[in-house]
Amino acid sequence: MKDAKVIELEEVAIRFSGDSGDGMQLTGTLFSDTSALLGNDISTFPDYPSEIRAPQGTVGGVSGFQVQFGKKKITTPGDLAHVLVAMNPAAIKANAAFMNPGGTIIFDVDSFSDKNFEKAQFKTNDPFAELNLEDYIKIPVPITSMTKESLKDLELDNKSVLRCKNMFALGLICWMFDRPLDYIEGFIQKKFGKKPVIAEANLKVLHDGYNYGMNIQQATPQYIVHPAPIEKGIYRNINGNLATAWGLLAAAEKAGLDLFIGSYPITPATDVLQALAERKDLGVKSFQAEDEIAGICTTIGAAFAGHLAVTSTSGPGFALKSEALGLSVMAELPIVVVNVQRGGPSTGLPTKTEQSDLLQTLYGRNGESPLVVLAASTPSDCFYYAYLSAKIALERMVPVVLLTDGFLGNGSEPWRVPTMDELPPITPRKATNPELFKPYRRDPETLAREWAVPGMDGYQHRIGGLEKNEAGAVSHDPENHHINTEIRAAKVEKVVDMIPELELVGETEGDLLVVGWGGTYGHMISSVRTMQDAGKKVSLAHFNYIKPLPKNTAEVFSKFKKIVVCELNLGQFASYLRDRVPGLHYYQVNKMKGLPFSVHELVENFEKIMEA
Amino acid sequence: MTKFNYTAKDFKSAAEVRWCPGCGDYAIMNAVQKTMADMDIAHKDFAVISGIGCSSRFPYYMSTYGFHTIHGRATAIASGVKSANPALTVWVITGDGDSLAIGGNHFIHLVRRNIDLNLILFNNKIYGLTKGQYSPTTDRGFITKTSPFGTIEDAFVPGQLVLGSRGTFFARALDSNVKHTQEVLADAAQHKGTSVVEVLQNCVIFNDGIHDYVADPKFRAERQLFLKKGEPMIFGEQADKGLILENGHLKVVKIGENGITRDNILVHHPEEDNLGLQVAIINMALPEFPVAMGVVRSVEAPVYDQEMKKQIETVQAKRRVTCMDELLQSGNTWTVDGENCSEPVKFFDNKCFG
Repeated sequence: MKDAKVIELEEVAIRFSGDSGDGMQLTGTLFSDTSALLGNDISTFPDYPSEIRAPQGTVGGVSGFQVQFGKKKITTPGDLAHVLVAMNPAAIKANAAFMNPGGTIIFDVDSFSDKNFEKAQFKTNDPFAELNLEDYIKIPVPITSMTKESLKDLELDNKSVLRCKNMFALGLICWMFDRPLDYIEGFIQKKFGKKPVIAEANLKVLHDGYNYGMNIQQATPQYIVHPAPIEKGIYRNINGNLATAWGLLAAAEKAGLDLFIGSYPITPATDVLQALAERKDLGVKSFQAEDEIAGICTTIGAAFAGHLAVTSTSGPGFALKSEALGLSVMAELPIVVVNVQRGGPSTGLPTKTEQSDLLQTLYGRNGESPLVVLAASTPSDCFYYAYLSAKIALERMVPVVLLTDGFLGNGSEPWRVPTMDELPPITPRKATNPELFKPYRRDPETLAREWAVPGMDGYQHRIGGLEKNEAGAVSHDPENHHINTEIRAAKVEKVVDMIPELELVGETEGDLLVVGWGGTYGHMISSVRTMQDAGKKVSLAHFNYIKPLPKNTAEVFSKFKKIVVCELNLGQFASYLRDRVPGLHYYQVNKMKGLPFSVHELVENFEKIMEA
Repeated sequence: MTKFNYTAKDFKSAAEVRWCPGCGDYAIMNAVQKTMADMDIAHKDFAVISGIGCSSRFPYYMSTYGFHTIHGRATAIASGVKSANPALTVWVITGDGDSLAIGGNHFIHLVRRNIDLNLILFNNKIYGLTKGQYSPTTDRGFITKTSPFGTIEDAFVPGQLVLGSRGTFFARALDSNVKHTQEVLADAAQHKGTSVVEVLQNCVIFNDGIHDYVADPKFRAERQLFLKKGEPMIFGEQADKGLILENGHLKVVKIGENGITRDNILVHHPEEDNLGLQVAIINMALPEFPVAMGVVRSVEAPVYDQEMKKQIETVQAKRRVTCMDELLQSGNTWTVDGENCSEPVKFFDNKCFG
């Protein structure tokens, strides 16, 4: 150690990259968990192709996992990686643009063959020169041959041997960043408990990778990243989809209801369904439906029957759910729909992130069909916004859509685990007096109707998709429809009383107000802080409450000379704001690359707008 | 002794029934109400779920819990209702357009899962609510408003679809034969699992008389074969015709001719898992065969909503996590309690979440 070149850093971003079959997601996850356990704050970004096994060795088949960790609050996985672990030439090509200038590239030199250069479409056999990476620290490591050598005494087939390559890389990186191996060892032992030979192989290669780092330390920089000073408490690492699932579970427990999820698998939302299907111990009824429509319809049925009922999906599935969502608006049943957004339209970019379902969520139904829309902004706060979505649905008898996205859903961060008593109460609007009950009799304040469910005696009634009068009878009366349409809209607007006012990061007035919503928060706040540190009068207004908007939105906006709305679409929130908070000029920063913003590009755009 | 002493009237709502005069739906509704009264189950535990179509107005005319949903989705919504609360008695009211066209996918998957619902499929072989377009059960060549030169497609035979989806219960009835419809509905109500009852229903306006050839009471005994469990499949004015299997095919024979006796006639076993024969019975069509009426198939199989309940109970019996606080702190967690650590700021502090 003493002899090694030691670099002390505030934060480091590492990108693990290889073929989609190389186990890079697992490698990255294990390294992230290890770092989080050490007390670093982390933020992760899995970036993988939509094909399960794209052609090996090609740029299209590269699967990456980036993690940033540090001694201060980490809000993004990092624009650019300090260290790239590349299992083949294609991985170098795919990631060259995402490297910090002068960064370190650790690569499997055994993969540098004419065949692989050709597959990655290099013209020469010097990928570094071709990609202008001459100034980078390049560490060739014979990962494949070392792995083979390491396992030669174990009687394993070639395929199983090659599957251990990622552990060699992981061991090496753990040495470089001074991470202990015990957590990873525990994981391997548990995962391969029934295959002791495979467990032994992985452990051996992991250690050999670690030792290799020690042995070549003259050539390898070692990094030290101190733990982050954070809030006291019990922590765990959590991704957005799991946090969403658990937030819904917490809401069910708080409300004293069973949780029902009717859902259909769709990338990148499937994990929400899986996480809840796993929780039979907490009484979750999970129903894997035959399609997206049945997903929401079974959910509506379960809500009719008195459950906290939820469905999860992504853009294309959300489109299929539109008609049924309209039914839940009309029937005024409490359901939560989670939309983990991905790149669209159509099948689009299934594994990539985007924020382009906002207008679909707000307006994508027939008729005047208002509902509540919330958006989570970090992997862990998906828990709280899922919880709140359920609370609003149950207390206001209204469907709620929670928007997250692929970046949040798959990204993870350490999270201080709350206790249940930290969460506000949830009081479903269960009917209590059969004498007074009418299906559409409303609370005069909130306009919410009461919830009476089959099995409750004395409340037998009929609801449905047809317009009704207060007593629940079908009504084609023009006045009745006019009034009910207004009531359904007003009911959603009244939810404003349940949500906090818009708070700014920064001063309440200034030259530029940066506006964002949902999953871009980490990059937004980093870029705004960068501007603030440079003395610029810039503040951030980041929205979690889309419909209704916080009460004070117009007032907050009015105090800034310029407003810029940043989002991963062509400007959907900006057009919504133009409608809801009119009379202001909204600049826009938009990105449609299936990738999160980078802090760098945001800062650059803000500077341009301020100068304009 | 019954617990509740309900009559059909207890299941009628105050809403004015608005089907066309003479519509077959009236008779079916009467049969359903009578069946529900006879089931002797608390009124509060009934839920009637429908889709879209004339028949789907049904819940409004019932005094039970009811949900008039959207086109084709009643089966999916009812699946959610029953899975959430298996203690309920859930009826699905649907038609040939609702369940076999727009809702075909939900229909087959409901049947496959064997959720304990009673589904009444009103088959009038036409779209009535939209005033006379052909449906998936309209016969090939039939002229309707959207097939002015005759349809060029074959019809679904609903029972085939049910059995092809591994259905555990299928029965057929005729709207005008209220007594028999009631018997069939009572059997359907008893069955554990998805019971599909196809009721041949007459649309007086857009497809009047479509089932007349089968339904004509004058020829009932000749044209309909009333299936009875454990009894030979016999029909005819003189009860002298029956079914036998010959070279793997059903055949109509006359008792007393060619040495055929009553003992040669096939005995009906709806409780046996004999898909081939049961599909053959479903397929019987005039003029070669009488149309089979009654319970064709009623077999036992695991019931989805019960299995869901059981699975939760099984997992819970051995569970390590019993509540959210335990879940939140389970697995890989670590404690942060250093000197330079601050007190946690709770997410919901200082915010109005009224």
